[in-house]
Amino acid sequence: MLLIHCPYCEEERSELEFRWAGEAHIARPENIAAISDEEFAEYFFLRNNEKGVTYERWRHIHGCGRFFNAARDTVSDKFLMTYKAGLPKQPIPAATKAEAIAEEKTVETWEQTEGDAR
Amino acid sequence: MVEVATRTLPLSGVHGGSSKVRLEPAAPAARINLRVRAEDVAALSAALGVDLPVRPKTSASANGRTALWIGPDEWLVIAEGNTDIGSMLVAAAAKSGALHSATDVSHRNTAILVSGAGAAAAINTGCPQDLSLQAFPVGACSRTIFGKVEIVLLRTAEDAFRVEVWRSFSDYAFGMLAEGARDAAL
Amino acid sequence: MSASSNSGAFRIKGAGRLTPARTARFTFDGKTYTALEGDTVASALLAHGVHLLGRSFKYHRPRGILSAGPEEPNALLDVSRDASRRQPNVRATVQEVFDGAKIASQNRWPSLKHDIGAFNDLLSPFFAAGFYYKTFMWPKEAWHKLYEPIIRRAAGLGEAPKEGDTDHYASRYEHCDVLIAGAGVAGLTAALSAAATGAKVILVDEQPEVGGALHFDSSTEIDGKNGFDWAQGVAAKLKAMPNVTVLNRTTVFGYYNHGFLGLAERVTDHLALPSKELPRERLWQVRAKKVILATGSIERHMVFANNDRPGIMLASAARTFLNHHGVAVGRAVAVYTAHDSAYEAAFDLKRAGIDVVAIIDNRQVSGEAVLAEARSLGIEVLLSHSVLDTAGRHRVSSITVARNGEKNSRKLKVDALLVSAGWTPSVHLFSQSRGKLRFDAESDRFLPDIYAQDCISVGACNGTDDLSTLIGEALSAGAEMAGHKGAASIDAIAFAGSNLYEWTGGMIGAAEGAGPDTAVKAFVDFQHDVTAKDIRLAVREGMHSIEHIKRFTTNGMASDQGKLSNMHGLAIASEMLGRPIPQVGLTTFRAPYTPVTYGTLVAHSRGELFDPARKTPMHHLEAAEGAEFEDVGNWKRAWYFPKRGEDMHAAVNRECKTVRDVGGVFDASTLGKIEVVGPDAAQFLNLLYTNAWDTLKPGKSRYGIMTREDGFIYDDGVVGRLAEDRFHVTTTTGGAPRVLQHMEDYLQTEFPDLKVWLTSTTEQWAVIAVQGPKARDIIAPFVEGLDISNEAFAHMSVAECTVMGVAARLFRVSFTGEVGFEVNVPADFGPAVWSAIWERAQSLGACLYGTETMHVLRAEKGYLIVGQDTDGTVTPDDAGYGWAVSKKKTDFVGIRGLKRPDLVRTGRKQLVGLLTKDPNEVLEEGGQIVADPNQPKPMTMLGHVTSSYWSENLGRSIAIALVAGGRDKMGQRLYVPMKDKVIEVEVTDVVFVDKEGGRING
Repeated sequence: MLLIHCPYCEEERSELEFRWAGEAHIARPENIAAISDEEFAEYFFLRNNEKGVTYERWRHIHGCGRFFNAARDTVSDKFLMTYKAGLPKQPIPAATKAEAIAEEKTVETWEQTEGDAR
Repeated sequence: MVEVATRTLPLSGVHGGSSKVRLEPAAPAARINLRVRAEDVAALSAALGVDLPVRPKTSASANGRTALWIGPDEWLVIAEGNTDIGSMLVAAAAKSGALHSATDVSHRNTAILVSGAGAAAAINTGCPQDLSLQAFPVGACSRTIFGKVEIVLLRTAEDAFRVEVWRSFSDYAFGMLAEGARDAAL
Repeated sequence: MSASSNSGAFRIKGAGRLTPARTARFTFDGKTYTALEGDTVASALLAHGVHLLGRSFKYHRPRGILSAGPEEPNALLDVSRDASRRQPNVRATVQEVFDGAKIASQNRWPSLKHDIGAFNDLLSPFFAAGFYYKTFMWPKEAWHKLYEPIIRRAAGLGEAPKEGDTDHYASRYEHCDVLIAGAGVAGLTAALSAAATGAKVILVDEQPEVGGALHFDSSTEIDGKNGFDWAQGVAAKLKAMPNVTVLNRTTVFGYYNHGFLGLAERVTDHLALPSKELPRERLWQVRAKKVILATGSIERHMVFANNDRPGIMLASAARTFLNHHGVAVGRAVAVYTAHDSAYEAAFDLKRAGIDVVAIIDNRQVSGEAVLAEARSLGIEVLLSHSVLDTAGRHRVSSITVARNGEKNSRKLKVDALLVSAGWTPSVHLFSQSRGKLRFDAESDRFLPDIYAQDCISVGACNGTDDLSTLIGEALSAGAEMAGHKGAASIDAIAFAGSNLYEWTGGMIGAAEGAGPDTAVKAFVDFQHDVTAKDIRLAVREGMHSIEHIKRFTTNGMASDQGKLSNMHGLAIASEMLGRPIPQVGLTTFRAPYTPVTYGTLVAHSRGELFDPARKTPMHHLEAAEGAEFEDVGNWKRAWYFPKRGEDMHAAVNRECKTVRDVGGVFDASTLGKIEVVGPDAAQFLNLLYTNAWDTLKPGKSRYGIMTREDGFIYDDGVVGRLAEDRFHVTTTTGGAPRVLQHMEDYLQTEFPDLKVWLTSTTEQWAVIAVQGPKARDIIAPFVEGLDISNEAFAHMSVAECTVMGVAARLFRVSFTGEVGFEVNVPADFGPAVWSAIWERAQSLGACLYGTETMHVLRAEKGYLIVGQDTDGTVTPDDAGYGWAVSKKKTDFVGIRGLKRPDLVRTGRKQLVGLLTKDPNEVLEEGGQIVADPNQPKPMTMLGHVTSSYWSENLGRSIAIALVAGGRDKMGQRLYVPMKDKVIEVEVTDVVFVDKEGGRING
């Protein structure tokens, strides 16, 4: 079970208090009524679902109730940082990123376990 | 003239507890959910007669009122000892003249008082938070999870907690606490 | 059969640590035995010379006891106190004997000694690895009728109990600075140095007493004491420290993300008469800042022909039974090893007066110290020899021994054979923590390499065998993990320890006589009957990844998870593939380390605590009126109120009629309520609902529809404006939490500058709906401070007033099409107000009604139920609520989605009414609708029935349906094909009763 640092409560809490809320930094277009079908699809339907470091939203729903942003490595499940909603996408410090990439190597992936058996 | 409605409290007739944990429904209390922006905290503190705490996981008490930090712009204000002053708290907040939202939730919540040497262990039956005195000192409070329901937890003394819970979840919360109380005494 | 009064003929006087005076009696397969307190089932049965304990999974071969610990693959038994407290597949080597235990063998019929299933052993050529995959493939029909039932019957060990479990289980969340898994020398030592810093320490050990390998290892001295005695002293010291918790009989079964560990504590399984207060087991969910893994190592067996007979067991197991339980595993014992440490088993037995036939060592050279000791004890040592085969039907009776590479063999008579191929570090928890292992070619073992979490491995699980080194490693690990680097704190508690013999070494893979050129049954995985031959077959069949070999052979997939078999299987595969072990790979160790009962995982979440049952303030009053309740989410809602002799239909028909004719009282408390407060409240609601809210005057309410950004209906409800800056929003009962989440999401992240706040008030208010022609008459006497006449308080009005002296909110609102009010009073006053209103309603001829009648009445009026008549692909216009979408607003959630080409095309499914040709025919909800019932299948389906009821008020059935282009099909005939008939229907308007809508304004 994950331990998540809430930037509002300023401490780490059990995953049980949180709810995942999708990819972060996707702003609702200001002129949404006027955008094209393609732009709307891009905004509402399409997500990158990247493997590795992703920016996503979480809500401390059973805590302070706040939505916030997190950078999480989806391979290792490691949280690289969390920060308050409304802040622009925060760069990940180089050292943290290096650590995260090193940690990815400890994760059992399909490529590692079965990939060579194809 | 029409008769005046009488009050039926949740958790009437419940019992539970053990040699290490006392469980009892709290007396009826007035409560408001208060929402205030940072710049208006002082005005609302003055109007309510209790300093709204601005540090996470802390509470403050004064003049029979306790304000619990719930979120960065959210407090639960509880006034004990009177059964029907939720509207008075709303009115008191209104007198601040500052921008805010005060909503009477006196009857939405009920509370269970958990006390005794095994109180923390009983709550840890369903609550994932660290309830050691270092991590959760007297006066600490937090909205959190207890088994399958949400609670607001306030530590009132080293071995005493107040568990605020929505009324329809209170039977479940009491039942889980009773299980925890039994286990904490072993 | 008379019970034996002694604790067994194989009990050795003066040996072991159990007290002869403390006995317990139990039965095994109906026969009574006497054990000593502290015995495991395994040691107690061995004391009586019982070695045959079960039959193997596939071939039904006789099996005995292989180990003395949780790695046991063979000795799985059924242990019970009574019918409801019975557990199959209990490891005899873990289960402690308690007085009155009823124990039975498994997987045999009609008896353990005469098992029909043993026939499978003769047919074994047909049951080779991959047999199931190859055999049970076709024909398809046979799968359901033949293969599945046969496999179901044959597969699986033991029999699950049918009775409910009468035990209870507990759970606890806990936090600590350092959690230490394993209380052998390494774990105890690390605990001492970690605890000395004042850190909060939890020390966990799966056995009843601490000590780990010291249970059997008689030659270790620590701090000048016998190892086991030292361990007990340390445990006592630790238990006395306020910052230390020692959990015995507790298994760390899972090491998950971010220092989260799952522990299963067995509280009563060893007690004869446990107090009812005690949980059977306790689940600990621990968040540890740091973890020290001191999980030791597990001895491997030797892989050779017929290595599975009862009486063949691990050398360390025999030492445990002798040195701890005081039981000799035989009278004439041989040892077969590739490793020095097994010699000690021979030494211990010999010193206890047991005949040691020989030590067969397949190495050319052994340790000089063990050789010297063997010589001085007069034990024959056969170096460069192997055991090629064994004999004995229900227990090993002889072994065939030959010099390696030579044909000439000789038979040795034995009644027990102790085996050891060396020690496998227990890296399971390290691996679960996502640590990466490296293969140490020199010692043929996987060791912890890259750590993924804040943990450290010490002792045998880290490949540290020398005791003195181990103690140093554990001392510094304890201090370091507790946050104290440096030696200062360690020096104060340091102590010395030594072990006599070398533990490193051994072999992996098949031994002499079980090579690729043989067809012998040399078992690798005992529990799943996987032999060396099976693994080679898997490779020959094209499996080149260890993951595939594992699945093909099921090696390591039994409940012991390959604790003994993984390394041997890997080595055999590696040899066949001609690739070194690291390139063949290692399967991942997954939680749980050993099986965990469902009871423990479920803990308190059963019975009334399985899920919260949410009850409204008036629940008990409704129950007293005879209400039947239905589950709506977690809520219990009054469904209908049958009178004496009424079934559901009769009750609902009466309720429906009474509400329209007179009036009815309904508990609407579960409706979601959200207080929206702030100067920008109307603007916020404008953005969240399709309707316009700035035009709504205080004192009025409006039905609102909420869409998601994609334009589909998400929720609906009546929203009342109490003041310029205060709205009382209602949501569907089931939608309350997600609607609040949806609103908070937009408010916090898209419109954070709006000055508005949201508070859930669902439970603040008890809501009593009073509907029907006499509704006003019913509530009038209770309402103060408000003129509720039709003129002053028209349909869709809202006001704050006083009801029975209580501050209330009154809505003039209707979900029935009749005059309606919803009385909101603070929840604690609900019962009193309900009782008073109901008393008056009753006197006027009105009734109580439940959700079923509510559903029928609203359907008669064509009112929508989100989630029943809509399914997440229905727009407001599809539902016939296009009027609720503001044309003037420049923005709201859904404004763009609603313009998508597919949402504005013609021919979309629309909500319409359906009337069956036969008025008595009530359609089935979900029934598909077609234009031509005679078209070939698959038919073109136009839509489906969403709501369907008998309407007592109309004397006929009514239905609502989603039909493609439905509003253009008014009056058309369509068909609903059912299994046994085709039902003809006519498309109509959705409003069936009072189409003009006059009644609501009465």
